[in-house]
Amino acid sequence: MAVAVETRRRAQGQVRGRPPRQPGQKSWLPYLLLAPAVLLELLIHIIPMVVGIWMSFVKLTKFFIANWSAAPWAGFNNYRIAVDLNGTVGQGLLRSFLVTIAFSLLTVTISWCLGMAAAVALQPTFKGRSFVRTLFLVPYALPAYAGILTWNFMLQRDTGVVNHVLVDNLGVMSDRPFWLLGGNALTSLVTVAVWRLWPFAFLTLMAGLQSIPRDVYEAASVDGAGSVRQWRNITLPSLRPVNLVLVLVLFLWTFSDFNTPYVLFGTAQPPKGDLITFHIYNASFLTWNFGSGAAMSVLLLLFLLVVTSVYLVITNRRSRRA
Amino acid sequence: MRLRSLIAAAAVSALGIGLTACGGDGNGDSGSGGDTLTYWASNQGTSLDNDKQVLKPVLDKFTAETGVKVNLEVIGWNDLQTRIQTAITSGQAPDVLNIGNTWAASLQATDAFLPFDDEAMKAIGGKEKFVETALATGGAAGKPPTSVPLYGLAYGLYYNKAMFAQAGLQPPTTWEEMVAAAKKLTNPAKKVYGMALAAGSYTENVHFAFINGAQNGAEWFDAEGKPTFTEDGNVNGVLRYLDLMQKDKVANTSNAQYDNGTKAVNDFATGKVAMVLNQNNAASSIVANGMKSSEYGVVAFPAPAGGQQVASHVAGINLSIFQNTKNKDAALKFVKYMTDPATQKTLGKPFASLPVLKGETPAFTDDPAEAKIFQDIYENKSKPLPLVPAEDQYESTVGKAMNAMFAKIATGGTVTADDVRAALKDAQDQVTAGG
Repeated sequence: MAVAVETRRRAQGQVRGRPPRQPGQKSWLPYLLLAPAVLLELLIHIIPMVVGIWMSFVKLTKFFIANWSAAPWAGFNNYRIAVDLNGTVGQGLLRSFLVTIAFSLLTVTISWCLGMAAAVALQPTFKGRSFVRTLFLVPYALPAYAGILTWNFMLQRDTGVVNHVLVDNLGVMSDRPFWLLGGNALTSLVTVAVWRLWPFAFLTLMAGLQSIPRDVYEAASVDGAGSVRQWRNITLPSLRPVNLVLVLVLFLWTFSDFNTPYVLFGTAQPPKGDLITFHIYNASFLTWNFGSGAAMSVLLLLFLLVVTSVYLVITNRRSRRA
Repeated sequence: MRLRSLIAAAAVSALGIGLTACGGDGNGDSGSGGDTLTYWASNQGTSLDNDKQVLKPVLDKFTAETGVKVNLEVIGWNDLQTRIQTAITSGQAPDVLNIGNTWAASLQATDAFLPFDDEAMKAIGGKEKFVETALATGGAAGKPPTSVPLYGLAYGLYYNKAMFAQAGLQPPTTWEEMVAAAKKLTNPAKKVYGMALAAGSYTENVHFAFINGAQNGAEWFDAEGKPTFTEDGNVNGVLRYLDLMQKDKVANTSNAQYDNGTKAVNDFATGKVAMVLNQNNAASSIVANGMKSSEYGVVAFPAPAGGQQVASHVAGINLSIFQNTKNKDAALKFVKYMTDPATQKTLGKPFASLPVLKGETPAFTDDPAEAKIFQDIYENKSKPLPLVPAEDQYESTVGKAMNAMFAKIATGGTVTADDVRAALKDAQDQVTAGG
């Protein structure tokens, strides 16, 4: 019986999976059509990655960059220097790694909270809602450099508007603090990163909220659930798939953020604002040590891969259990 | 070559680094035939466009004389080093380019540049024509240089004549006199300070770490090119400079945020500070900010009593030829032309440079006294930054260590001699680890 059905289907050209080849159809055509994508993938991702990994195993200093394919083999030396906590390079990398962890956790948490609050607040329709929504998206639409550069001006100690408001107008502080130097550098960095990032969280969460059917809320409120309970028992669980992706993406973005410290601090970055990508940039470009910079990059890549896989495994298991 | 450079560019971006200045637009290609040169000029004038305007007639004249066409690209300072790195890595390089002369020995180590051996030197008019201190910046000692001087610059101490006269002060001749004068002219209540420092600029900072160390007779590298950052003379020199903000309090702590020299110069030009250390090309920004050239004077940056008379490093711009140029003869002709007395005279004023040729008078200012002082500093009181391959690492590590120490002072901390030594040790370890 099953065989008969299968035969009939096949006769009608409806086999599950691959459709039968029509006479005259060229077998190489699909590969030809795929070729540009494969080629670009190779060129943009695979080859550079392989070259980057290769670079991390050679002594690629200024003495060899003109003929970099002939750079001498360094084995694991670049890695050894990068993780040697007794050496200056290793200590610097660790310090910058810890700063980056703190920066990422703070930025992602605050961005998510702000985005969630704004998304929930903008759910009910009211006059001027679309205007407020647009306003919230401005930081996201603004070119990163322009936005961060403006922050740089605003956070200057003597001429910046932040101190002007805090000290001259409000009188909250008597002494003008430095925002881009010393201990406040991380605060400023997080502030600017959140300012740039939260609209994305807001946008994503708002889209997620709109996919939850309204009648679930109506039913809940008939049953006597207040808005906090509704949020906890309906909104949060419904947004779970959105949140999983959102938090991961936010984390990966902040962890590898380069623009914010680069533009905010320029070449005068303080130790408290020395994010890891910027640290690696300095290690590679300012001292022309691309081998050691590449080793640090590979370590960073491995770390992010591990974090991502652990995160995905945990969240997968949880959602299967749910 | 094409594929290699593509891979190189891709590899650089694969490091996850936002390299903004990739020279991938192809106009840096040197394979453009025998009668065209590509020339990368660094930004010397008031803007990139201003540089183009100044250089265009000069380059046209070269074309008229030799029939060699020159493709000009002016590159801003922030991009220049990265562009050079990319050019070296990819082989997509110009034929001739400007470099910061302090990078000469580091760039020489890459083997990507044409050595000016006896024959090449002869082709550009002989090494005798250059001022000796200027030519010394061309590369490491004992090797044919891979760059020759183009524009000379030197630091001087600018002082506000009216403020000095009002306080009954004479221009300082020793460090002690300078500090005493600065203290007398500092009045934090009125937001007036004796000096402005570009204390957040690592390049400016490393220059003064070097000069102050040199005034103490200290060296930053030994004869084998090994770093000797923690020598007492260097530690004390650095601390002396930091103390202008820390102990003497003659500089506003917000100077720690001055990440380039221009901000300090602006403070000087607007009367907020009485003295500023800057190179001779600061005059145009001082005047642009409303101070007449008759209102300020210049003296050599003074050394402590009994110290070495080093007032500046030999600053300026050098010219290099890329090793893989297909137009070596034309490139040499071009270097000869650019370092020719007539061309030097034409460019000396708009780019405010000191002559790098013997027997020339500076054209950058109409004030003969100012010209003479700077020329004297340049030729007699300046010392090249260490001419070792690790010079670039020295600049970035020591300069950034200085930034951090100024930041600590500005935010209320204290920096002791031991702290300086530890910071310099850190910087030295980074240089050694970089190999």
